[in-house]
Amino acid sequence: MADLTSEFLGIKSPNPFWLASAPPTDKEYNVRRAFEAGWGGVVWKTLGSEGPPVVNVNGPRYGAIFGADRRLLGLNNIELITDRPLEVNLEEITRVKKDYPDRAIIVSLMVPCEEQAWKDILPKVEATGADGIELNFGCPHGMAERGMGSAVGQVPEYIQMVTEWCKKYYSKPVIVKLTPNITDIRQPARAAKNGGADAVSLINTINSIVSVDLDIMAPNPTIGDKGTHGGYCGPAVKPIAMNMVAEIARDPQTHGLPISAIGGVTNWRDAAEFISLGAGNVQVCTAAMTYGFKVVEEMISGLSQWMDEKGHASIADFMGQAVPNVTDWQYLNLNYVAKAVINQDDCISCGRCFAACEDTSHQAIAMSEDRVFTVKDDECVACNLCVSVCPVENCITMEQVAPGQLDERTGEVVSEDYANWTTHPNNPSATAAE
Amino acid sequence: MASSHQASGIQAGRLSSQDIVDNFGDLHPAYDAHEASVAADRCYFCYDAPCMTACPTSIDIPQFIREIQTGNPEAAARTILDQNILGGMCARVCPTETLCEEVCVRETAEGKPVEIGRLQRYATDALMAKGGHPFARAASTGKRVAVVGAGPAGLSAAHRLAMLGHEVVVHEVKGKSGGLNEFGIAAYKSTNDFAAREVSWLMQIGGISVKHGDGLGAGLTLDALKADFDAVFLSIGLAGVNALRAPGENKDGSRDAVEFIAELRQATDLSTLAVGRNVVVIGGGMTAVDAAVQSKLLGAENVTIAYRRGQDAMGASRFEQDLATSKGVKLMFNVMPVAVHGEGAASEIELEYTSIVDGKVSGTGETLRLAADQVFKAIGQTLEGQPEGLVLEARKIKVNDTGRTSVAEVWAGGDCASGGEDLTVTAVAEGRDAAMDIHSSLMG
Ligand SMILES: Cc1cc2nc3c(=O)[nH]c(=O)nc-3n(C[C@H](O)[C@H](O)[C@H](O)COP(=O)(O)OP(=O)(O)OC[C@H]3O[C@@H](n4cnc5c(N)ncnc54)[C@H](O)[C@@H]3O)c2cc1C
Ligand SMILES: Cc1cc2nc3c(=O)[nH]c(=O)nc-3n(C[C@H](O)[C@H](O)[C@H](O)COP(=O)(O)O)c2cc1C
Ligand code: SF4
Ligand code: SF4
Ligand code: SF4
Repeated sequence: MADLTSEFLGIKSPNPFWLASAPPTDKEYNVRRAFEAGWGGVVWKTLGSEGPPVVNVNGPRYGAIFGADRRLLGLNNIELITDRPLEVNLEEITRVKKDYPDRAIIVSLMVPCEEQAWKDILPKVEATGADGIELNFGCPHGMAERGMGSAVGQVPEYIQMVTEWCKKYYSKPVIVKLTPNITDIRQPARAAKNGGADAVSLINTINSIVSVDLDIMAPNPTIGDKGTHGGYCGPAVKPIAMNMVAEIARDPQTHGLPISAIGGVTNWRDAAEFISLGAGNVQVCTAAMTYGFKVVEEMISGLSQWMDEKGHASIADFMGQAVPNVTDWQYLNLNYVAKAVINQDDCISCGRCFAACEDTSHQAIAMSEDRVFTVKDDECVACNLCVSVCPVENCITMEQVAPGQLDERTGEVVSEDYANWTTHPNNPSATAAE
Repeated sequence: MASSHQASGIQAGRLSSQDIVDNFGDLHPAYDAHEASVAADRCYFCYDAPCMTACPTSIDIPQFIREIQTGNPEAAARTILDQNILGGMCARVCPTETLCEEVCVRETAEGKPVEIGRLQRYATDALMAKGGHPFARAASTGKRVAVVGAGPAGLSAAHRLAMLGHEVVVHEVKGKSGGLNEFGIAAYKSTNDFAAREVSWLMQIGGISVKHGDGLGAGLTLDALKADFDAVFLSIGLAGVNALRAPGENKDGSRDAVEFIAELRQATDLSTLAVGRNVVVIGGGMTAVDAAVQSKLLGAENVTIAYRRGQDAMGASRFEQDLATSKGVKLMFNVMPVAVHGEGAASEIELEYTSIVDGKVSGTGETLRLAADQVFKAIGQTLEGQPEGLVLEARKIKVNDTGRTSVAEVWAGGDCASGGEDLTVTAVAEGRDAAMDIHSSLMG
């Protein structure tokens, strides 16, 4: 059996599945039940400064988009940080940590961008016995307008400054949670590293309007007759999060900086993918909010099964394995040639590949009178659109045309040499191949 | 308490009124909104969809399912009704298992097609529930068309002709419109008087008048119609029935299945309808299944369908056969009736085993007897009452692709005309297509 134990910044947890800072981790009741359900750790719902807590709206906070059968694909929220008093949260954290010494508890924080505010709260957090802190520089709504959350996360100088304060007043690991609502994720990650952060976690939610209520003409969720943009998360954001994780993992300036990956993790495979792109562990919010705490069981059993099959004894064995294979477009081998191949036994003759290719791609699929669909090798550019729209998994596959074989589309024999855009004759700034 | 299962002879009230009401509930209950959206989500929006090709009226199925999916069942209904004005009835009675759903790619993929029929019903029900009529008449053309017979073929033609601006007079020999929708279709397929409701909804287009009790052969002649109207569409169905040609077939207790079904469909209280204790139905088509199943639902103790060929040759689909057996009907294959026995009324039927030699049925000489206080003959309907002078083909009025008969200005469609299966949906398609051809010939 694979060992799922995770050690992230020296913090041990029985598995790499942590609950992200959000409603699932808002209070003792939830967190105890989450631990009983098997979660390896939690990032407690973000705490604010002492004093009257923030208030939430009293109408709907969530909006959603759905796939077939109302499968929730994306969730959007207009929640703020915890709306419960600081003292209550700190007491609860202390109690739970005492009862669950083997689980990770990280305290998420968001206080004003002033040194004193951090100096005040950090000793109190330290006293709870929690394993570390996460700086919430990500919330895109409500808090940013107050100069916190993503308002800080969008300015690298602030990130660095606040991180430095935290390292000064707090002895345990400091994780900086990044907002995706920026152009280049490497900038804030570098700033966090320069400020002394032990790790970054990402992504927080993405600015979004999920839908418009066409009767009252306002964005959902609507509070009376108005709505506002919210933060988007769930399966739909995973591709965005993965790219950002990979960008940080392969940036020479941040390479090696531990990453806690967040964004759309819904099953074991999502977790394995994030870890292969360099994450040390994953955090989950929407999947738990959609299916309850029990989902972690499948994540654990699936990951362990896959690791056994692949012969990975521990998480470290495959962590970051995909990073060297993430490259820039111009380095892709232009002499790699493939063709789509339709497996006629699996094909159900829906014709979607045909419609897609004929109407919007390269007219490379033929349709016979009796609905047999075949690829025209002399037209197929291997774009993969047919594979993407075929309802039967693995019915269409992309098969490489081996070097030495004829590419019927170009009429040329496929070369075995590696050749990319940087040396291509059509590239005005090409450098001659060596 | 009225009679029970076991009471001999032909008796009413074998079951309580409540049981009978429950038994005759919807065969395929209406979807609620949630069920419809789950079912609609399964459609792949196929290119040049096979389901659409298999529909005799060529309804754009992927389009209407997508309209349901996006929360617009009324737009879906218009997509359906554009092609098939009796889309509501067809949703209930089409043997989808041999039409659209048989070729649905999800049948190929998982052995479980998208439930196109039930989705069609969801859409058309939604539109009809809103009230009003989605189509409007074009400006009057001043042309007049006679339609003979107010079944699916006639109604479909009349609606399309009226929509195109012609004035339509329908001559229907019975006192009620609807044809077999009203008198033939199994009660559990068309509940809550749907056939009549659909007819009055259809008539809202305007420009159609119906003369009930007015039949060809019963005072009306084709020549008179031709003289009075610019075109004539014949849609008289199959009014005759085949005879058994077995001794005793006219004994009390032995009758035509279609006549029994018509009586059943017109009964206001099914618990007053008499049915035998031991019922034997002769035949292998939809009519045989409907007569057998409905006998069972009325409380007959033993119901047997006796069919003279093997199971694969049976006209009723496998779904219909399974429906029958699930209700407790026994299916017997390769047996044919030789005599109905009984002192006065029928009490037994004698059947002979058959074998098929060179495609022909022949008796083996071995016989058996089944208790039978009621025998239903469901061995096919025949053309009857057609006007003189029309060329026939395989005992039906010969027509071309667009319904033209051998006589100028006379079109025909539905069961009475050659070509196509004897189905409601085929009748609708033929009525519509003939109407289009009449229109172009009148306006051309
Ligand atoms: C018992 C039974 C069950 C069936 N079940 C199904 C089913 O589940 N699904 C399915 O798709 N199909 C079913 N069918 C077949 C379907 O009902 C017919 O194919 C369809 O009704 C044919 O339509 P039509 O308009 O051609 O004829 P009909 O429906 O027969 O209508 C003909 C009309 O013409 C009238 N008429 C007849 N003669 C004259 C005359 N001389 N002058 C004036 N009017 C006249 C009749 O009174 C009738 O109103 C069933 C048939 C039967 C008998
Ligand atoms: C209702 C809700 C409230 C959230 N509140 C916080 C928060 O207080 N602090 C924080 O750092 N992130 C918060 N998040 C963001 C999540 O921690 C997480 O980064 C994001 O949802 C992406 O992960 P997912 O796709 O697994 O949901 C919240 C998310 C949701 C849905
Ligand atoms: S999830 Fe619970 S709190 Fe939220 S609206 Fe529903 S019932 Fe109310
Ligand atoms: S999309 Fe897939 S299943 Fe559909 S026709 Fe193409 S290959 Fe066949
Ligand atoms: S064949 Fe089935 S899946 Fe394809 S369009 Fe028709 S109903 Fe939809």
